[in-house]
Amino acid sequence: MKLRYERPYLKKMNVGVMNKFGSRSDFQPVKFIDGVSVKSLTDKYGSPVFVLSERQIRKNYQSAVRSFNTRYPKVQFAWSYKTNYINAVCNVFHQEGSWAEVVSGFEYHKAIGNGVAGNHIIFNGPEKKEADLKLAIENDSLIHIDHFEELYKLIDICEALNKKPRVAIRVNMDTGIYPLWDRFGFNYENGQAWNAILKIVGLGKMQLVGLHCHIGTFMLSTSAYAIATSKLCDLAMKCKNQLQNPIEYLDLGGGFPSTNTLKGSYLPGVDTVPPIDDFAEAITTTILGYGFQQNELPMLILETGRALIDDAGYLLGSVIANKQLSDGRRATILNFGVNLLFTSFWYDHHISPAQDFTHYTEETILYGPMCMNIDVIRESINLPLLSPGDLVVVHKVGAYNMTQWMQFISTRPAVVLIDETGQTHEIRQAETLKYMEIPESVPVHLQHKK
Amino acid sequence: MKIKKNIATSENGFIFNPSTGDSFSSNPIGAEILLFMKSGKTSLEIKEIILENYEVEPAQLERDWEDWLLQLKDANLLDL
Amino acid sequence: MIEPIPYVIAITALNAIDSPGPGLAVIRALREGLGTGLRIIGLCYESLEPGIYLHGQVDKTYQIPYPTAGAGPLLERLQYVHEKEKLDLVIPNFDSELYNFIKISVDLNKLGIKTFLPSHKQLEIREKINLAKFGKKHNLLVPEDRIIFKADELEKVAADLGYPLVVKGKYYEASVVHTLEQASKAFSLLSVKWGLPVIAQKFVKGTEINIAALGDGKGNAISVIPMRKLYITDKGKAWAGVTLEDNTLLDLGRDFIKATHWKGGCELEIMKDAAGKLFIMEINPRFPAWVYLTAAAGQNQPAALVKMAFGELVEPFDSYQPGKMFVRYAWDHITDITEFQQISALGEL
Repeated sequence: MKLRYERPYLKKMNVGVMNKFGSRSDFQPVKFIDGVSVKSLTDKYGSPVFVLSERQIRKNYQSAVRSFNTRYPKVQFAWSYKTNYINAVCNVFHQEGSWAEVVSGFEYHKAIGNGVAGNHIIFNGPEKKEADLKLAIENDSLIHIDHFEELYKLIDICEALNKKPRVAIRVNMDTGIYPLWDRFGFNYENGQAWNAILKIVGLGKMQLVGLHCHIGTFMLSTSAYAIATSKLCDLAMKCKNQLQNPIEYLDLGGGFPSTNTLKGSYLPGVDTVPPIDDFAEAITTTILGYGFQQNELPMLILETGRALIDDAGYLLGSVIANKQLSDGRRATILNFGVNLLFTSFWYDHHISPAQDFTHYTEETILYGPMCMNIDVIRESINLPLLSPGDLVVVHKVGAYNMTQWMQFISTRPAVVLIDETGQTHEIRQAETLKYMEIPESVPVHLQHKK
Repeated sequence: MKIKKNIATSENGFIFNPSTGDSFSSNPIGAEILLFMKSGKTSLEIKEIILENYEVEPAQLERDWEDWLLQLKDANLLDL
Repeated sequence: MIEPIPYVIAITALNAIDSPGPGLAVIRALREGLGTGLRIIGLCYESLEPGIYLHGQVDKTYQIPYPTAGAGPLLERLQYVHEKEKLDLVIPNFDSELYNFIKISVDLNKLGIKTFLPSHKQLEIREKINLAKFGKKHNLLVPEDRIIFKADELEKVAADLGYPLVVKGKYYEASVVHTLEQASKAFSLLSVKWGLPVIAQKFVKGTEINIAALGDGKGNAISVIPMRKLYITDKGKAWAGVTLEDNTLLDLGRDFIKATHWKGGCELEIMKDAAGKLFIMEINPRFPAWVYLTAAAGQNQPAALVKMAFGELVEPFDSYQPGKMFVRYAWDHITDITEFQQISALGEL
């Protein structure tokens, strides 16, 4: 019986900074996802491959709903399409009872295609084309107005269609956090939001049914949501008392963080990110304490995206090569890069090997395969000694990567869903050259002569 | 490829270079190879022993050997 | 005659260097206050923390993961140390590690390892960006400040607070500036290094005084010892200092403990201006590096903390010796490279 081989490795003992080179191990290999072996997934669907756990998605959703439902009587979640709009993923949320929150005509049509009832689609965003607005009005969708141009455009369309759509305005405000997202919607502090409300209610061409805000992304402060909620409540009260136009719902938008670790943050996300319960507590106690009559309590809508899916997504990939850089640092090249893992620009993603290893580790830089200098997955990470062909698992990649990924230099890989029984489903095939070239055409004089 | 004469190695993988003051540690296979190198075995002999005792393909060992020498050179442990 | 208590106590911050951690001072106070049966387990982050090599002070040292690794790996490592050493108590002494230690304190307690620490909430209210708000709430003087996210806010802030102005990083470092140009430069340096926001604080001129205090977590100050820095190193650390007798300082220490219900040791950095007003400049959530002076002056704060951690009822101290002085000195301890290799490679020595 031969001994298990590991490449010979030498490590300088640094003075000062402690060497993470001891008898203990910070790592555990991750060989299975929901009981399915990582090796079998890459064997069947290729490497790299995105993997989503349906069980985790449902668990996240149900637990978030519970956080709010146990505190407030009327709660509705709307799945943020831009976070992950692969149809199978959207439909998991819709099956759980989630509405759709879309920010473009493209996403709007996806929601319709997924069978979401028109009046369960929230149409957000700064660009809504006339045809899309008309369709949304016909479908009785909730249109969230972003700016005065849109408000006037809607008024024109209403007159032409002779319909009275249900609308909300998006409100931006100072919640004590930075940066202030004042590029979206109407400002609360300078009175712009109230002006927009006066205009809508005054003209009577639309029904003002909701108020919407979305104060930021990856928010670590629950108190900012309490401030935002209280400002929306203030507007809602004024709508009812001064305009006799009660507000049916408050939409607090998204922004809840996942437990990923932001670059530059000192402590890891798992220890510092507030749980959804804390956000729910801040938001619901504010509304409940604002003085609405019990039967007038507005419905609370949440457009949570990231926090519901990030930890249900994995990216599996392989080691291409190890290198030593000119200054002696070690580097490892992986077969996926920032083209697929867009979020590595702002997270220090947790990465695990998918096979057994010894406790010897090295500090290395993780590069992607792009022929592009900025293709760095981790600037510095301590990993066991990996060899070409070894598999790695990147954790918490479910949000934004499968929508913001780039078709650059190479095609995009398959996306696989593991259902609750452990069956795997390819919910998006790996792209092919042929698929990529479908929209292309080459003028006759530039065609390759066969 | 010879290891510098005055390099102090121990069986548990500690290495001290008295001429520079640097300390290093290595994994067990690295420690084993260092001891072989110090005892005057040639690269060829050492690789043969490794192939005999460990589960590794010759091509893989060859690549890792290059990398190992680069590490030793970088650590200033080779007598060039 | 002190009855020896065979406690096993783990201590961090063994870096008795030019900007020293409090670990060795805490150990010295404990050895003096709790007798010879004590076993001290050092917990270190780096391989050259001097305490690792001082076997007369630290019986055995284990490396622990950096705070950035998170609470989970720390707990795992302490479980390992506990299996070997049967720890009774752990006293962390670094600001940056406290968040994690507080987070795992319940788990540690389940293992039989006690702690005596402030809460996350107490930790948060004394953070630089919250301190002014805290002072206002409890009628404690804190220099007026502004939280700044953009460099172009500086002009208005400087007009409000006046020059000189203290521009402070979110976590560490500060510089005193006299012009808008200097302020902008400090802002960009500090925001790059420590992230946003940056704090601009009104400059207070006066005498630097530090107070070491110990709270029982119920609002009582068990010990308050004020110390005037006699000489300050270029890193702003006291090189020598002397205990003071001043009731206004003692009251300030007690007021702070009462307002926060502080649990454990802490250090208040005070500036006393020409009119005798006491401004709280900063609050450190752990014992100071000069904490042995409290023992020398008659109020052994670390030993009192240990007693409280084990459930003993400790009455507030009622007297100490003013005029006790410390002078810090450097000492070249001699060891062998194998000790360095041992701790570096195996994480234990």
